[in-house]
Amino acid sequence: MIRVQTDDFDLGAEYAAFAAGNADVGAIAAFIGRVRANSDGAALRAMTLEHYPGMTEKELERIEAEARKRWPLIDVTIIHRTGRLLPNDQIVLVLTASAHREAAFDAARFLMDFLKTRAPFWKQEETAEGTRWVAAKDADDRAADKWAG
Amino acid sequence: MKLLYFAWLRQTLGIGEETVDPPDSVTDVASLLEWLAERGPEWRNLMEQGSVIRVAVNQAHASPETPVAPGDEVALFPPVTGG
Repeated sequence: MIRVQTDDFDLGAEYAAFAAGNADVGAIAAFIGRVRANSDGAALRAMTLEHYPGMTEKELERIEAEARKRWPLIDVTIIHRTGRLLPNDQIVLVLTASAHREAAFDAARFLMDFLKTRAPFWKQEETAEGTRWVAAKDADDRAADKWAG
Repeated sequence: MKLLYFAWLRQTLGIGEETVDPPDSVTDVASLLEWLAERGPEWRNLMEQGSVIRVAVNQAHASPETPVAPGDEVALFPPVTGG
């Protein structure tokens, strides 16, 4: 299940609905990304997430499909927020369900690494100095590259 | 052909979306960017920053060799920073 939304999400509610009643699920991994109050030494006031409606959902579906090819996943949830967010706000939720923990852990990590390098979202930060677009990080590319092959 | 621009590219160019009618010589992403560069120094400066411009054709990531056709939706944007 993939959702792109401005509204916040509730981990408890999403977990309760996730793989509900499926006794084949022996392991669920959850990852939540949040807005940090500190951006390269400057105090962050807010962050605005822009995205490419249409492609965002398609790209997240492609990333989920790739994860399902690599691991025996029973269910996947990806929720990503857009719009203006404040420090401590939740940005992204990834849930993975599998029979065993290795697939759940690895797939959650894979989904986040690929989401960060392929899903068309862009962050703009507000600090006391003004607004600036966040630059892509080489470390994120390396994290995604390690899944190659 | 519909062109879309996102993030700082949209702000720098001052447009989010436009419809264009490229000549027959525009057959792929590389030739489209070259055609856009001919619009002026600001466009050339942006289009030649190959490392910071990403392109999607019909809502899928593209490479310089990806074909483009008149009815396509082509998006130009900086490297993504979500998550």
